[in-house]
Amino acid sequence: MKTLLIEIIQVLLFLALSPLLLGWIKCLKCLLQNRRPPSIIQPYFNLIKLIRKQTIVPCEASWIFRFTPYLMFSVSILAGIMVPLFAINLPIAYMQIGDVIVLIGLFALARFFLVLAGMDIGTAFGGMGSSREMLISSLAEPSALLVLFTLAMTASSTNLYLIIKHLIESSFVLRPSFVFAFLGLAMITLAETGRIPIDNPATHLELTMTHEAMILEYSGRYLALIEWSAQIKLMVYLVLLSNIFFPWGIATNLTLSSLSIGLLATILKLFGFGLILAITETNLAKLRLFRAPYFLSITFMLCLLAILSHVILEI
Amino acid sequence: MTLITIGSILIATLSGLLPIIFLKRWPTLLRLIHSTLIGLAGLGFISAGLLTLSTNQSIILNLTTGFPAISWSLHLDALSGFFLSLIGIIVIAIAFYIPFYLRQYENTKQSINSLMFFTGLFLASMSLVILANNIFSFLFSWEMMSLTSYFLVIYQHQYAENRKAAQVYLLMAHLSGLFILLAFGILAKFSGAYDFQTIHTHAATLTPLWANIAFLFAFLGFGIKSGMVPVHVWLPKAHPVAPSHISALMSGVMLKVAIYGLIRIVFNLLGVIHWQWGMLIMCIGGLSALWGILYALMQNNLKRLLAYSSVENIGIIFIGLGLSVIFISDGHPMLGALSLIAALYHTLNHAVFKSLLFLGAGAILQHTHEHDLENMGGLIHKMPQTALFFLIGCISIAALPPFNGFVSEWLTFQASLQTSVLHSNIMRVVIPIAAAVLALTGALAAACFAKVYGVAFLGKSRTRHARHARKTGLGMRFSMAALASTCLLLGIFPAFIIHLINKIPASLFGTGLSPTHVQHWLWIAPISFKVSSYSSPIICGGIILLCIITYFLLRQFGHSYAYKKNPAWDCGFGGLNTRMQYSATAFVMPIRRVFHNAWQLDEKITTENTEDGDTKIRYELRIKDWIWTTCYKPLDKYIQKSAKLLAHLQGGNMRIYLAYTFFTLLILLLVVS
Repeated sequence: MKTLLIEIIQVLLFLALSPLLLGWIKCLKCLLQNRRPPSIIQPYFNLIKLIRKQTIVPCEASWIFRFTPYLMFSVSILAGIMVPLFAINLPIAYMQIGDVIVLIGLFALARFFLVLAGMDIGTAFGGMGSSREMLISSLAEPSALLVLFTLAMTASSTNLYLIIKHLIESSFVLRPSFVFAFLGLAMITLAETGRIPIDNPATHLELTMTHEAMILEYSGRYLALIEWSAQIKLMVYLVLLSNIFFPWGIATNLTLSSLSIGLLATILKLFGFGLILAITETNLAKLRLFRAPYFLSITFMLCLLAILSHVILEI
Repeated sequence: MTLITIGSILIATLSGLLPIIFLKRWPTLLRLIHSTLIGLAGLGFISAGLLTLSTNQSIILNLTTGFPAISWSLHLDALSGFFLSLIGIIVIAIAFYIPFYLRQYENTKQSINSLMFFTGLFLASMSLVILANNIFSFLFSWEMMSLTSYFLVIYQHQYAENRKAAQVYLLMAHLSGLFILLAFGILAKFSGAYDFQTIHTHAATLTPLWANIAFLFAFLGFGIKSGMVPVHVWLPKAHPVAPSHISALMSGVMLKVAIYGLIRIVFNLLGVIHWQWGMLIMCIGGLSALWGILYALMQNNLKRLLAYSSVENIGIIFIGLGLSVIFISDGHPMLGALSLIAALYHTLNHAVFKSLLFLGAGAILQHTHEHDLENMGGLIHKMPQTALFFLIGCISIAALPPFNGFVSEWLTFQASLQTSVLHSNIMRVVIPIAAAVLALTGALAAACFAKVYGVAFLGKSRTRHARHARKTGLGMRFSMAALASTCLLLGIFPAFIIHLINKIPASLFGTGLSPTHVQHWLWIAPISFKVSSYSSPIICGGIILLCIITYFLLRQFGHSYAYKKNPAWDCGFGGLNTRMQYSATAFVMPIRRVFHNAWQLDEKITTENTEDGDTKIRYELRIKDWIWTTCYKPLDKYIQKSAKLLAHLQGGNMRIYLAYTFFTLLILLLVVS
């Protein structure tokens, strides 16, 4: 019962904190770029505004266009269940509904539908976004799998809860594979969540955009769902980065004190990563579209190096 | 069970023979009877196969023919039972498809009767290959299968392209038959018998060298037929030209018969297996997977795209098989069983979704007369049900949860992550690379099928034909619905299927997955819950439930739910037309730039000035298979040249021919004496 409660709290936290995290990153970026920041809770207002607005659907759209936002949102919630946020030793950990491969697969499912939705309306913008999204994902997704395989082979489990448990319990050693894996996963995070240098989340209506081009025709509650799930996805990736490579402070038993420490530590780590993300984004320029594959193939190579250095050096 | 098996093979044969007997009388009735018989045969295959799998009994049936050493011997065990039921599933679905699909050949010069004749014989011979228990019956039915499918490929022989494709196919099929014959020859030499049981028990007499040679021959022979790289070239030529339900049968079932042959020889007849074989199978599998999907991505002809994607999927199956061989030879039969189950599961999955996609392509072809993706578009509004089923096929083949393609890839990944138990360093390094290739392949497959679906079914209709497409016939929709729901069932309840398949490794090498891990219906945890678990029913149910909850919550708290339909935004210029959509070629252009060395690209841009003062720009893109141009073309040239040289022997002069005969006789006498 207690574990179920914690699972539910965890999912609610993913839902509640993800806009805040985005607001924090936006604030920091503004401050770093000498602009006046919006309120940190502005993303919440945006979501509420969008949900209240009437939805407009293009004439050519089929049911796929209307179904995609719901699917993306549900997938994000399921991802929230699968990724340990602040506690790991839950009994439910042994009966997970899915492991890391399922997590990546679910994100791929959501993306598949989003890409179809982009092509559904039959405009050039939608197709452009879809085509580019597929380019990025076709290299970023296998890289993500490879990073997670490296960790899974270290912990001999693909269950995220058990991977983190293994990493906490084993004494700290600086493994070469982890250095590569961390770099790889950080670069994947930038690519998968549409941040600079791959995609610019701040632009609308530019020929360089990817994610925004696909969802150009969305409005109202559909747009709210898509933006919210994008925020959750960003949070999921940052949680993965922080909890796998810096698993300190995460609650390993179910007492109130350790849970609250775990929660606090997770939030601090997330906000720390938000700061790093804001700094990198401010310092980097967006890559040209055809430069993006170089970035992504370096990522793929790093991830392959991670798994190979693991099997060669660490077994 | 014997009765069901024999009966269904006879029914399949009968379904082919009837049209020959009745010829042109009652064509509609004949088609109905033909498809009913095929459906009955399929039902028989499924029930015989499932009975064998669930009761774990095996039957052997011998029929003497009067010649010594040449007898028909049939054997139904767990492995053949699995493949027999796989044939059955596809055949039943196709039985509903045939009467509606054949309508398009009415009132044309095409003879429907010959199509039905060869279809019936093709089905019967495929099931006989699966059941064959000695070399004679195996090779006989194998050649029957190749020949009947050749006639099915060349069915529309008025087009030169089709004749060429069929010729390549016939040549490759015979090469494959030759290699299989050689492999069996070695086995028969060492065991001194032709039936599989004796060969199996005498396998220990095989020396390692001859075992390796026999394996290589068998691998090449079955590999040609299953379409592995670099001997895949017949596949993208033959599949697009056959009628669509035949393409479905060839891609969905016939390739699997070759997989069956490989499993039978490697795991059953050769006795001791060596890890090098697994390495070879896995590397070729990885190559095929990547090659297949890269070429599939670039195709615009829907059926050729599907054919290349078959190459990819065969590659994935080979990766699983290779892993299985490696694990078994290294002394980990449990992991070997897991990899074999993954491979077999993918075999089943590929049969189902590839047939579904080919049937869908046939439906599109029938209503739009278009092969080319660039000429489709907007079909989701014209044929909504077909679009739904095709979407299920696309999601399944792109290996996305919670559909079936994902389950088998997940199992393959699970097996490949267990490399730390292996003793050899080489294997520990190569297997993760194969896993990386598999991951890359999966992502590219998603891109490929997003392209197919997005361009063919979504957006606006690109041509008049696509604009005037109508609903598909009831039977065709039904057969696609059956396959689509099989995809769903295989994806959502994998535990039952794994439980059934688990008997195959148990019967082949005595070890299966431990029964405690395969009995949960809600979860699958092939190794243990501590290693990994996947609950497809919960994920699928969760997605549906969460969608519904979100929908109602938003309805409650959001704007009153009545969305407005408005034209899409056109940048304020007005006049969005169908030519402004992204085309299939444009969609994969970024990927083409990234992997540009994988294809032989032939790009041509020509500009010409028209009389109105506008410039007209023409873009042409040809994508050629490197293997075809660098290996087969020169080989073809060389063969032609040597044939011309040999032709000098044929002077046309009777006396010279007599002299040849005389000298041959003399030399023979010399040799004999």
